Amino acid sequence: AAGMFLRLLSDIQWRAAHPKWRRMTSSQRSTSTTPEPHPVSLPAQAQVVICGGGIMGTSVAYHLSKMGWKDIVLLEQGRLAAGTTRFCAGIVSTARPVSIELKMAHYSNKLYQQLEQETGVQTGYMKTGSISLAQTQDRLISLKRIASSLNVMGIPCEIISPKKVVQLHPLINIHDLVGAMYVPEDALVSSANVSLALATAASRNGVQIHERTSVSHVTVQKGRVTGVETDRGRIQCEYFVNCAGQWAYELGHSGEEPVHIPLHACEHFYLLTHPLKEPLSSSLPTVVDPDGRIYIRNWQGGILSGGFEKNPKPLFTEGRNQLEIQNLQEDWDHFGPLLSALLRRMPGLETLQIMQLVNCPESFTPDMRCIMGESPTARGYFVLAGMNSAGISYGGGAGKYLAEWMVNGYPSENVWPLDLKRFGTLQSSRTFLRHRVMEVMPLMCDLKVPRWDFQTGRQLRTSPLYDRLDAQGARWMEKHGFERVKYFVPPGKDLLDLDHSKTFYKPDWFDIVGSEVKCCKEAVCVIDMSSFTKFEISSTGDQALESLQYLFSNDLDVPVGHVVHTGMLNEKGGYENDCSIARLSKRSFFMISPTDQQVHCWAWLKKHLPDDSNLIMEDVTWKYTALNLIGPRAVDVLSELSYAPMTAEHFPSLFCKEMSVGYANGIRVMSITHTGEPGFVLYIPIEYALHVYNEVMNMGQKYGIRNAGYYALRSLRIEKFFAFWGQDLDAFTTPMECGREFQVKLEKGMQFLGQEALLEQKQNGVYKRFTMFILEDHDTDMDLWPWWGEPIFRNGRYVGKTTSSAYSYTLERHVCLGFVHHFDEKTGEELVVTTDFINQGEYEIDIAGQRFQAKAKLYPFSSLFTQRRRKDEVELSGYQRE
Amino acid sequence: FYLTPPQVNSILKANEYSFKVPEFDGKNVSSVLGFDSNQLPANAPIEDRRSAATCLQTRGMLLGVFDGHAGCACAQAVSERLFYYIAVSLLPHETLLEIENAVESGRALLPILQWHKHPNDYFSKEASKLYFNSLRTYWQELIDLNSGETTDVREALINAFKRLDNDISLEAQVGDPNSFLNYLVLRVAFSGATACVAHVDGVDLHIANTGDSRAMLGVQEEDGSWSAVNLSYDHNAQNEHEVERVKMEHPKSEEKSLVKQDRLLGLLMPFRAFGDVKFKWSIELQKRVIESGPDQLNDNEYTKFIPPNYHTPPYLTAEPEVIHHKLRPQDKFLVLATDGLWETMHRQDVARIVGEYLTGVHHQQPIAVGGYKVTLGQMHGLLTERRARISSVFEDQNAATHLIRHAVGNNEFGTVDHERLSKMLSLPEELARMYRDDITIIVVQFNSHVIGAY
Repeated sequence: AAGMFLRLLSDIQWRAAHPKWRRMTSSQRSTSTTPEPHPVSLPAQAQVVICGGGIMGTSVAYHLSKMGWKDIVLLEQGRLAAGTTRFCAGIVSTARPVSIELKMAHYSNKLYQQLEQETGVQTGYMKTGSISLAQTQDRLISLKRIASSLNVMGIPCEIISPKKVVQLHPLINIHDLVGAMYVPEDALVSSANVSLALATAASRNGVQIHERTSVSHVTVQKGRVTGVETDRGRIQCEYFVNCAGQWAYELGHSGEEPVHIPLHACEHFYLLTHPLKEPLSSSLPTVVDPDGRIYIRNWQGGILSGGFEKNPKPLFTEGRNQLEIQNLQEDWDHFGPLLSALLRRMPGLETLQIMQLVNCPESFTPDMRCIMGESPTARGYFVLAGMNSAGISYGGGAGKYLAEWMVNGYPSENVWPLDLKRFGTLQSSRTFLRHRVMEVMPLMCDLKVPRWDFQTGRQLRTSPLYDRLDAQGARWMEKHGFERVKYFVPPGKDLLDLDHSKTFYKPDWFDIVGSEVKCCKEAVCVIDMSSFTKFEISSTGDQALESLQYLFSNDLDVPVGHVVHTGMLNEKGGYENDCSIARLSKRSFFMISPTDQQVHCWAWLKKHLPDDSNLIMEDVTWKYTALNLIGPRAVDVLSELSYAPMTAEHFPSLFCKEMSVGYANGIRVMSITHTGEPGFVLYIPIEYALHVYNEVMNMGQKYGIRNAGYYALRSLRIEKFFAFWGQDLDAFTTPMECGREFQVKLEKGMQFLGQEALLEQKQNGVYKRFTMFILEDHDTDMDLWPWWGEPIFRNGRYVGKTTSSAYSYTLERHVCLGFVHHFDEKTGEELVVTTDFINQGEYEIDIAGQRFQAKAKLYPFSSLFTQRRRKDEVELSGYQRE
Repeated sequence: FYLTPPQVNSILKANEYSFKVPEFDGKNVSSVLGFDSNQLPANAPIEDRRSAATCLQTRGMLLGVFDGHAGCACAQAVSERLFYYIAVSLLPHETLLEIENAVESGRALLPILQWHKHPNDYFSKEASKLYFNSLRTYWQELIDLNSGETTDVREALINAFKRLDNDISLEAQVGDPNSFLNYLVLRVAFSGATACVAHVDGVDLHIANTGDSRAMLGVQEEDGSWSAVNLSYDHNAQNEHEVERVKMEHPKSEEKSLVKQDRLLGLLMPFRAFGDVKFKWSIELQKRVIESGPDQLNDNEYTKFIPPNYHTPPYLTAEPEVIHHKLRPQDKFLVLATDGLWETMHRQDVARIVGEYLTGVHHQQPIAVGGYKVTLGQMHGLLTERRARISSVFEDQNAATHLIRHAVGNNEFGTVDHERLSKMLSLPEELARMYRDDITIIVVQFNSHVIGAY
């Protein structure tokens, strides 16, 4: 039955119509589908070898060859487009919450639309539009947020009433709907044929395609790809692209130097029916009913409907060959709840006859985003896989970005959210992946509210203080496998359970975080920040200083004991990393970066540091527990514990010193806080962590010390206009664009990476500007809260998006941070953004379709804060207790 | 903090108990096939109790669930004593005489009840003598009263309930020289318990109910579907008749203060209960007993607290409402359960889940469409039926356990969600009571063949 279906789903006539590329792989011009011998031997070498002939592999081949790379070999273990690509539902949907994914889908749609004309291969492209249904108000809010981002990208999209839904699709039962989102340009394709069209175009551009050829492993020498071993011999190559879909993990692990590609397959089911009595029109919109966990598209006069069940079935945990894709069984009992949802949504289909239930495995990743980019350990080893069941929507765009990455050294958009280097070995455990994807797959349909967290695969990396903090009411979130405290629930107070605390409005922790913030401002708080990435770089001579001076934009030739905030920039001046570096001695440096920089920053430094055995770099993240003491009383606590004066005269800000705290010696104390508040970070060798924590808490008692979490930290840093890498800053943002010229020393007496780009920007101005927005007419209690990604309007025109937001307990207003661009009113061309341009606009922030007035600022409210603090110090006299 | 399925099962099954009525060769075959019971604590310790016993000197079987409040002492005492009071009330004059003579002359007693107890269901050894003496006084009075009429079950049930509650109250007033017992009888009297008791004898089913536990009959309709018939009325503020009754029993001046916030005198949820002398005794009596009582009692804020607007006690009675039902072949089972179950599940769902469990098929072949012509609707019907049957049936050998699994773990599809179940069962002691109540369930399965033959 599977065979019959395959023939129906994908039109295989392309073989006869377009045999051109097959000439290179086959001596016979056969149109039969019977197995053939391998007629053409593999080339001994090529510039690029792509493994995987699905939508990803063919898209990469297509785009590489379009960009002028010709010496490319694509290997497919079976038939082209015969894996997940062939089985998938063929829905091209741009309604994606993550902006980069939205862009990929948008590009894919445009690409597929003209592909038939370009290649002559029928792709089945049909612009049907799609309707996403909302059964609840919260769902409608999430759709409105997506609609806002689609609209500012120029993608037609509207929020419609249930009545309008019926006009678009007469079969839909609308009684339980509160609204819907209509995206008229979404499309359907035959995914296998799109893949074959891309292959056809690629082969016309010179790409060699070999079917029935499987890659056994990739060889790497001195950290560079040198070739691939296949069952038909070896190919030497400079670049290898792993597009092996659900086999990508295994392939990554097959070589001597494993490449960790964290993805795991789950069974995915969809239903095919015979045509209706009155066959459905092929232009009928696709329906997505996330609350019912299903999607429904028209298919050959009948329907194709699948979904993302709550209890997914992971498979291939032990690797391939335990089951072949073709032999996967239909499981009606498993599909039952989705069938119920389908009949609830379209009761008229009761009498429709079933053709088949298709079991099509899909691969999922630990954070629901696809995996793209270069291996941190093997240069030239690229990956594009883990599409979380949206391979067709992403295929075109993902292939384009990866091709750009390979050809230009970087893609044309910020793809950090998809970068392979956001993961490390720690996400590569099979057990972790199995458990995580069982959570991820249902999440495809679950409502994603601000600051939701994954529940599986937790408590992997923890601070030595974990149990202590947990016992004090800590609520946890996870970053790069590390448990970090969100906030502390005071004793006797009970928050809503997980499901009930999901909201787009004011969250239940509002007052809790408020009191933590207050304590940071008026007394002193302790935040465990052990998750931050920590490297030590040292050398026998001046190599460390010289290399770092080249890699970092600020001047690191400072006296020993000084701390420097600096960007690690790329050639275009964009932030590859934003860190604090302490000069420990003349020849050694201690570098602190964001938690998720562990893999990326290491790879970047490895790539750029000279190959010198006297230059030593060590990842010491695990060696230190970091305690951040924030608040005006931090000075008092620390000086009492160390018997050393800690006042500004003795310990100025941005200073680093090893000292004793309590009984423990060798604690690295730095006068930085990451928030702009006064305070210190203590880097404590882990065996002293508990001791120092206890001492700090005991001593701090009389100063009103308490624990605080990252939510308080975020509120503080955002109201202080501090940008965070990964959230606000990325490889496409320069210090000039975010008001950080002062962290760049263009005249530090030597060249550094990104210098030219920055000089040019300094001369010619910037094209976007990091700006702080204070929401004016926003009611914290009643209105939707901003999150990030909200469109910013200046004088009614779209100028950019927010990157982060928080409630400022000091200003008693919401603060959004984001970038303002200047698009020419007529041409849309990007113009220089000046201070006047920022200051002279009337701004609005669009939260799920509702616009709120906002005041733009380029500098933080320093005066306001100092004033308040002075006033508070008077009040604080009453804060001290015996 | 994540429980594996075996861990979940070990928690759910810790208190499960099943009893099958032994079959005799066609002789005196019972209308009851057997029963399954179980309880899941939310309070620590659990305040619910359950009892089941076969009457040995009369025919019939007694089953009951008891929901304690303000501690478990009263529920414990009622669970130990009530069936004896009922059995004695049902006994004919001759048997009573025979028993009294045996006690008088120190001979072995005729056994009155055969208990069907889970090892965790305990009886108080210390109080047995005290309890026995009270019971003996009761049957001596019955002997003296000899009316000569055959015993009516309804009356026997009502008398037994009232008498036991009276004895609880008296024992607390009189006290006991043994300080342990003295404190015990006071705790029994000052705490409270509701009771829902079934007496099954052939096709005659009597339900005596005091409070807000509930009895429900599971009926299989001709088309195989399941429906529920209530065999008790909740005695609480939601029951208009109960509110009416309470108001009738007190002067009009108290009308406003009698029921506040859906509670009796603004304090008590059930409107009928054993114990709870705080709602029965005069203020003077309460003060006197507490003052002369042990220190523990004096230190207890709850016992010392006099309900507001307390003018014309008693406000509370243990008198049950009795419903008689003639069993029919379509009456397949009876569910007795404390309000912990009914708060989370509608009786219709209870009927369906138990019904499908009792008739369920344990193993099912996977479905394959193959070349058959099947419509979506047909498939949906088939799957719904199968799902209802297999959903966790394979895990439970006990209908009560199965019900608890659903009550605690049901998701929006009406199927058991392991994750939810795991969450609910791993709640720390101090939180559990906020998310669920103690649940006690007895599922009695009837023997349709025997019932049909009557």
